[in-house]
Amino acid sequence: MRRRQAIAVLALAGCFVALYLWLYKLGVMGELRCGTGGCETVQASPYAELFGLPVALYGVAGYAALFLVSLAALQPAAAARRRPDVALAVLASIGFAFTLYLTALELFVIHAFCRWCLGSAAIITAVWILALAGVRRNT
Amino acid sequence: MKGFYVLLAVVFLAGGGWLVYSANHKSTAEPSSTAPVPAAAADGFRGFTLGSDAAPIEVTEYSDFECPWCAAFATVQMPVVREQLIATGKVRWRYREFPLSAHKYSHLAALAAQCAGEQARFWEMHDALFTRHQWAQTGKDPSDLFRRFAKDIGVDVDKYDACMRSQRYAGRIDASYQEGEARGVQGTPTFFVDGRRFQGNPTSDAFKALVDSLTAGRRKR
Repeated sequence: MRRRQAIAVLALAGCFVALYLWLYKLGVMGELRCGTGGCETVQASPYAELFGLPVALYGVAGYAALFLVSLAALQPAAAARRRPDVALAVLASIGFAFTLYLTALELFVIHAFCRWCLGSAAIITAVWILALAGVRRNT
Repeated sequence: MKGFYVLLAVVFLAGGGWLVYSANHKSTAEPSSTAPVPAAAADGFRGFTLGSDAAPIEVTEYSDFECPWCAAFATVQMPVVREQLIATGKVRWRYREFPLSAHKYSHLAALAAQCAGEQARFWEMHDALFTRHQWAQTGKDPSDLFRRFAKDIGVDVDKYDACMRSQRYAGRIDASYQEGEARGVQGTPTFFVDGRRFQGNPTSDAFKALVDSLTAGRRKR
């Protein structure tokens, strides 16, 4: 139960990070509060979009899905079930793989790091570890 | 379980508060009112205007054709502003380009509007770019679509093509952007009413209230 709670809190935090980057892409946020200037470089690169949509929007959707599933998993009826853990692990694995790809792009192609993206990477990594631990515990 | 919901509420309030704060404090580096505004483009161009030159109040809008908030303003609020403030001679509206680097086709759209403006069709192109704004969501190169807009609004397409190829108004757009930066513009749309930054939600009602109050204040003097 603690793991699911931790995933819900982390997913909500991640959702806000992704939302901030998406609103920036929409022109609502002015300059990104970044510190290094790498955020602008990353966000202005062609890799900040995928299939015509901002990458941050995928992040918002992914974190929102994780948050909703983790909340559903906290309901008493779902407490003893394994299926919510599997669903969380699948979602977290997709998010983690996508984050690995984006971080590799920052490192090897764009040669700039966005602190917000790294923050999101840390969050999804923690979610992924917790989600996998939840599946292992219930096997 | 109670502690969990408290923690969730804290994260929600902190995250939501951060977003609201960031959206409302875009201009952390607001320049002083004495900061020099750079000279505009080499041809002295200072933006397309709507309304009478004799209008007592001027509103300058820094906008980006790909920005969804700018499109919402142009399609929902601007028609009312035109009817209530511009057509009545109270306000002259000045449009300045501020293409954000995060938007892939903003600069292209700004060039298309300038090239239409060369044939006295800027505002028609402005309206077409904002009302048929689906191009900004597809991620596809909208060059052909902009050309179709140009044709639809009665622009000579051969001249338009030549203008787009030459990018002869790129300097104007850069100058406009630099002017906006010097005035502390960081997001779009940003408005200045008689040189003072407009704060708050840009609705036609808010502009009308501000213009009426400025006009009444001048009458008293």
